[in-house]
This record gives sequence, structure tokens and C-alpha cells, in this order.
Amino acid sequence: MTDVTNQNGAAQKPLLEIKDLQVGFKTTEGVVPAVRGVDLTLMPGQTLAIVGESGSGKSTTAHAIINLLPGPGRITGGSIMFDGQELTSFSQKKMEEVRGRQIGFVPQDPMSNLNPVWSIGFQVEETIRANGIATGRKAVREHAIQVLKEAGLADADKRLKQFPHQFSGGMRQRVLIGIGLSSRPKLLIADEPTSALDVTVQRKILDHLETLTRDIGTAVLFITHDLGLAAERAEQLVVMYKGRIVEAGPSKEILQNPVHPYTQRLVAAAPSLASRRIQSGTAATPTHALSDLDYAPTTVTESVDLIAAAEERLEQTSQGPSLEKRPDAIVVKDLTKVYNIRGQGKGKASELVASDNVSFSVAKGTTTALVGESGSGKSTVAKMILRLEDPTSGSIMIDGVDVAPLKGRPLLDLRRRMQPVFQDPYGSLDPLRNIGNTIGEPLQVHKVGDRTSRRERVLELLDQVALPENLITRYPNELSGGQRQRVAIARALALKPDIVVLDEAVSALDVLVQAQILKLLADLQAELELTYLFITHDLAVVRVIADNVCVMQRGRIVEAASTDQVFDSPQEQYTKELLNAIPGAGITLGV
Amino acid sequence: MSNNPPTPTPKHFVAPLEETPLVAIDAVNVGERKSNLWIDAWRDMRRRPMFWISAAIILLVVVVALFPNLFSQIDPRECVLSNSNGAPTGAHLLGFNKQGCDVFSRIIHGTSTSLSVGIIVVILTTVLGILFGAFAGFYGGWLDSILSRAGDIFFSIPYILAAVVIMSVFSAYRNVFVIALAIGIFAWPSTARVLRAEILRVKNADFVMASRALGVSNFKILLRHVLPNSIAPVIVVTTISLGAAIVAEATLSFLGVGLPNTTMSWGNDISAAQTDLRTAPQTLIYPSIALSVTVLAFIMMGEVVRDALDPKARAQR
Repeated sequence: MTDVTNQNGAAQKPLLEIKDLQVGFKTTEGVVPAVRGVDLTLMPGQTLAIVGESGSGKSTTAHAIINLLPGPGRITGGSIMFDGQELTSFSQKKMEEVRGRQIGFVPQDPMSNLNPVWSIGFQVEETIRANGIATGRKAVREHAIQVLKEAGLADADKRLKQFPHQFSGGMRQRVLIGIGLSSRPKLLIADEPTSALDVTVQRKILDHLETLTRDIGTAVLFITHDLGLAAERAEQLVVMYKGRIVEAGPSKEILQNPVHPYTQRLVAAAPSLASRRIQSGTAATPTHALSDLDYAPTTVTESVDLIAAAEERLEQTSQGPSLEKRPDAIVVKDLTKVYNIRGQGKGKASELVASDNVSFSVAKGTTTALVGESGSGKSTVAKMILRLEDPTSGSIMIDGVDVAPLKGRPLLDLRRRMQPVFQDPYGSLDPLRNIGNTIGEPLQVHKVGDRTSRRERVLELLDQVALPENLITRYPNELSGGQRQRVAIARALALKPDIVVLDEAVSALDVLVQAQILKLLADLQAELELTYLFITHDLAVVRVIADNVCVMQRGRIVEAASTDQVFDSPQEQYTKELLNAIPGAGITLGV
Repeated sequence: MSNNPPTPTPKHFVAPLEETPLVAIDAVNVGERKSNLWIDAWRDMRRRPMFWISAAIILLVVVVALFPNLFSQIDPRECVLSNSNGAPTGAHLLGFNKQGCDVFSRIIHGTSTSLSVGIIVVILTTVLGILFGAFAGFYGGWLDSILSRAGDIFFSIPYILAAVVIMSVFSAYRNVFVIALAIGIFAWPSTARVLRAEILRVKNADFVMASRALGVSNFKILLRHVLPNSIAPVIVVTTISLGAAIVAEATLSFLGVGLPNTTMSWGNDISAAQTDLRTAPQTLIYPSIALSVTVLAFIMMGEVVRDALDPKARAQR
């Protein structure tokens, strides 16, 4: 595996060669292995992506290369050869020379990786000096300007004096990429470089990164959880699961012909790929669909195929009256929300229009997705419909009754019929109340039934969301993110509502868990005739769950149509941009 | 493709399934024992010797305060002047003070005074602190401005200084309650601040939003969800401030503006002993040790609770 012969017949040495890498974390109960024997080879100028869910060891592997393992992490075995040097034997000091100069690093969160008290210029110059790229005040400054120009920032010399808070997330990530590439490293490690950014920004940043690294000839090691993104951006793909590599090889081949059952699971569950496949009409039974759609925790070899789930959902909705004939459950008309925000300097107050004459309707028993990027006002609309925020103007009709002015008892009755599920699985449950009390709270608040009947209802709800009954006395911190989200769904369903507002309810979950929850939501909708308002930034997910889509941009709805129409013939430029930004656009799936 | 530099074509590698057998997606995997913040904190604490040592001292102090006669049969008020500053004898383990009273017995009987002042102060500061901190943090707006500024006013005056002034003014009414009131009335703002900060953090959690969407009233949300999740740091502050309050009482008594000398307290004993430091050091040293050990126990307990409730802070130290 060491010397691979290229087409010219000349032997090419790998830039990075990892052999049997073992990483463990010291805890009070001994060393917990995080990476268990990883082999990896990266040629100069090549791009390789490590894909896996959280806890798979992908980030740990990347951090081990540059010896940036967090506190208790240690390399416990194996070798990392980089450019003819054995990195595992390097001292901290020697490693510092390699880091930055020969291996650049782009971190995950652009918001916390720039020091807010120093100007951008200072931080770029600091890197340049630390890596000895230039010396002397003037030379360093000139180099810093060049770095920012390369990063794609116009008027870079002015920007040098600005502070991180004056930069958007995308611009910060550009700066970090610029810093990472400033010393022309042979290898760039990018750890989820765009997972904190909006999809359209993500696309631009990745395009930019691709151009830059190609020009410089830098090899890139991508760490990502998004299979579509990995396949689109990297020639080589490495799939990690539980600290081991389960499958590796050329991206396209793996995507089109996944062999390991885990990779098959991933391919089947990735929304970006599923939406592509529906798009290209190749949805017809993927050969590897282990489509027993049973998500009960007892089955071991379960898998969720998103397309199958989407089709099943469509079939169920089509059994009822056709979409056009269904009565509207929610009708929103000219909904406007204006926030007064404190102006910057001179005490001027300014207005922020979070929602600008938003109108749409949701038919009973269907799903409407409200899609937009951060700041588009989608969550504000959701909060107004839930009556958690008061609208500035406009009306919200639920089953023909305007609910905007409701107060007291009628409002309490409305709340019984409409419940939310929020995004953050770690914040959506009170950590000090057990699961039974959490799910039972709605019944208690609305004084439904007595003690025993409430307990029975809680057990029934646990069963509906496929959680075991014994969780009733347990606390949220014993559950995973996906399980917490199920508890949140159970709580939302406790009062048998007609309408459920899902505010980014699956956005924070790993793809497999996400697919499972989407499937659960679809099943519950069919069973209980629920109407969903699905708030999300992820168009790919929309494709598999929604009947209708409203695309929001800067507080306005720019396009509203059925899901098929939006995906097949988008009318607005912005919608087209969003669609193009779904990772995996350039991949032909020969499935 | 043809323009790209020729890249070697690595083979497609697939690991054998036995190596990493697939497990169920998101399988529920709860341990034998339940776990939440308090249960975990208790499990953590009971493994630490520091917890048991300070708990034992605190328990001892409480028992001594409640049943002093179990520990000393000698009447602390039965003083014989001929024993003035006398050395320890068999029945009088720690000797005599200037008035010829038994030092050990006075320490034992003075415990309840010190502890009562500490406990009353803590009840007062906690009640005031929770009221001010919780309402200021949870409701925000003008209420926050008023309550927080009120707290700042009290906070800006050193509470010992304030207590000295109050005690001088109310010199006719010196008793345990008055002195505790004098200390407590100026000590609560730190509790309020800690709680307010914590409430600001908790009140934006999604579970609060979810309760609101259920129609739970604001006040009930505060009581049921926000306060229980914000109270941990208050408990830490309270435990430590109990020790501080005991010190404050001793300080005031030492300065002569605390309890009248007819009341037995460690502070009074220390104060009375200062003139005889050279001739009879035991009259000063033993009450001081009692005071230090008790205060130390409460501070240690506070530290242990803090560590147990916030494992992250411990790891960083």
C-alpha cells in the first residue's frame, strides 16, 4: 500500500499514511478507546473525506494527526507518517512547527474560533508571524492583506482593522480558511468546516476552498457527517463507525455501490441523497434496501430508507381526500412581526421586520414545510402561530377561528389542539423531571383524567414513540438526542392535538437517527391524522416529509407550491440557489 | 477528468462485518441506576473523604448546639474568681478564663449561639436572595432594573460595616435575632446575583418554551421548571455564607457591638480573652479553634457540593 504507481509509471509517495492508529481517552474507569485501528493513505494534492456519525471517531482521528487531542486523549498505538516524518514521535515543540506550517487546520465553529477582543488583522498577522512566513511589520501586514484577499474578502486592507463580531459566519470561516492556508501547507484538515453555516453559504465556502487548495496543490482531509457533501467534495471516502473504518474507496463507487451494511444504512438515510434520488427518478427500490421499516428498539438490523418512507407517506395521504379538497387547518394571512431593536450608537432605535406580510395555509392532515436560512423569519412565524409571540398585524385562522386575539380560557383550549417540538434535544426536556412527569405535564396542566388514567396515557404515548415503558421513572440525561426528541414528540401528542409545529425538530440529530424520527413522524401523521407545520433550513429533508413548501427569505415568502413543483420547476432564483446548495448535486447516482 | 493530474486508483476497501457488528440505531441503553443532577452529585460526593469529614464536623456542631449538656456537665456560669485564668485540671480540660469559668463548657454552651446566628442569617439571605434574584432574572425589564439596583445599593455597603452601625443604633436590643438581621439584611445581594445569572441562563431553554406552549402560567413555570434548575449554585453560596455569618457574629461581638456579654458566644469569649493573651493563651485559642473548625467545615462542604454539581469546573482545576 505504500507506493502507488500513477499513470505515468512514476512512484508517488503518500503525503499522509496512517497505520493502525489507536486513540484512547483516560477516564476514572480506565482508558476508553475512541479510535481502534485506523489505516488511511492520502496522496499529495488529493482530497479525502472521513464520514461518520457523532462518536464514530472521525474528529478524534483528525485531531490525533496534529496532536490536538482534547485533555485526556492519548495516542495509544499505531503510526502517522506525514511527508516522511513520524508524527507520533514528535515532541510538543516540534509538532508546533509542523502544525500551521505544513498542516493547516480549519475548525468547525467559526463563531468561537476567532478571539472576539482582537481585530481580524491582528489574528491573521499572529499566524503569519508564528509560522515565520514573513517578518517585519510591513511584510507581515502585506501578507495578511493577501491572505484576506485570497479568502475572498473585498477591501481586505480595511477589513484588517475590523473585529470578528463585524463579520458574518461565512466571512469568519473564510478568514479561518485563509489562516489555515496562509503558509501554503501540504495538507489542510477541515473539521466540519461548514456545518454551522447556512446551505447557500456552505456551498460558496466549499467552492472557494476547492479552488484555493487546487491552486496551491494542498491535499485536503475533510471531516463531515454529510455523506452527500463528502462524496461531492472528495475523491476518496472513508466511512467510520465506532472507531473503525468500515468502508473506504473512491467516493462515487461507495455511494453507488455501498457494500458494508453500515454504509448502506447511511446511504439510505441521508436526506441529501434521498432527495437527489427522488429527483432523478431512480427511487425504484434500491437494491440494498433493508427496508424492514421497523424502528422498534428490539430489532437489531433495522434500517430506515428515507425514500421508502416518503413513498409510504405519500400513499397514505393519497388514500384520504385529495389535497385540494381537504379543509384548511391553518390559514395565515398578512402575518407581520416587527421588533424594535436598540440601535447601534446614539441611542437610535430601529425596526426589524422579522415577518413581512406572510400568508399561507396548511390543509388538514398534510405537512407544509417552512424553509429558509437563519434570519429568514421562519421561527418567528412558527412562534406567532403557537401564540408564543404576539403578531404586530395579520391574522391566524385555526379551523376558521382567528386565534391572534385569544386570551385566557379560549387560548388554553387552543393550546390543547396545537403543540410544538423544538430543535435542541438537550434543552427541550427539563433535566430535573423524570420522563413520566415530562410527558404527563400537559395532562396535568389541562387537568385531564386522574392519576391512573394519566399514567396509562403516558405509557401509551411511550409506546407510540417506540420507547420502552421503564423510561417512565428515568431522567433525560440518560437518553440520547434522538430519544429525547421522541419524548418531546410524546409530550406534544399527550393532549391529542390536531396540529404539531415542528421547529427544526430533526436538525440536530445524526442522519440515521434523523431518518428514524422522520419515519416516526410520518407514521404518527397517518395514524393520528396530524397536521404538521415543519420549520427547517434543510430542503433535502423537506423532500421526504412535506406536501407543500413555503420558501422564506428575509421575512417574506418568496415561493410557495407543492413539494414536487418546488423541486421540479422552481420559479425563484433564491429557491434555485437553495436547491443547488443541497450537497450531492454533482453526483450521478447509478442506483 | 482528463485534465486532472493522474491520480492512483485505490481499491475499494470493505471491513468484515464481524469487526464492527451493527447495533440498533439509537437503542435505548439506560443503566441500572437512575441519574439526574442531584443523584449524580450525591454519588460523586459520597466518594469523597472531604465530604464525610465536613459532614461529621457539621453534624457534631449541630448536636453540641442542641444538647450541650451531653458534652459538658459543668455549669458555664458557675465561675469562681479564684480560678481566674487557671490552668487545665482533670475535670476542667481546657482550664479557666479570667472570670474563673470553665473554658470547655463555655465553648460547648456557646455553640448554639454561633450556629443560630449562622442559620438565621442564611435563611434570611436565601429567602431575600431568591425573591429578588428570581423575580429580577425571570421577569426582566423594569422589575429587573428596580430589584437589581436595590440589590446593588445593599451590595455597595460592606455588610460588617453596616452591621456595626445597626448594632450601635439598636444597642438596647442586642440578641441573636437582631444581630442575625443586621448581618443578613446586607448579605443577601450576592445570593440574588448568583441566582439571577443562573435564571437568565435557564429561562431561555426550550423546555420553558414548551411549557409556555402548554399554557402553564409564568409564575408556575418559574416555580416548577426554572427555579429548580437554577438553585444549585445558590446552595453552594449558602453553605459557604453560613460559615461567613458565624465569623461575622464573632467579629461584631469581638468589636463590642455584638451580643451582650451575658450571652455566651465564641465571639464574646474571644473578645474577653484578648487582654490575657500572654498570661492565659488557652482562653483565646480554644474558642478560636472551635470557630475556625466550624467555619472551615461549612466552607469545605460548600466546595465539595460545588465540585459535585459542576464536574466541569473540577476537571479544569
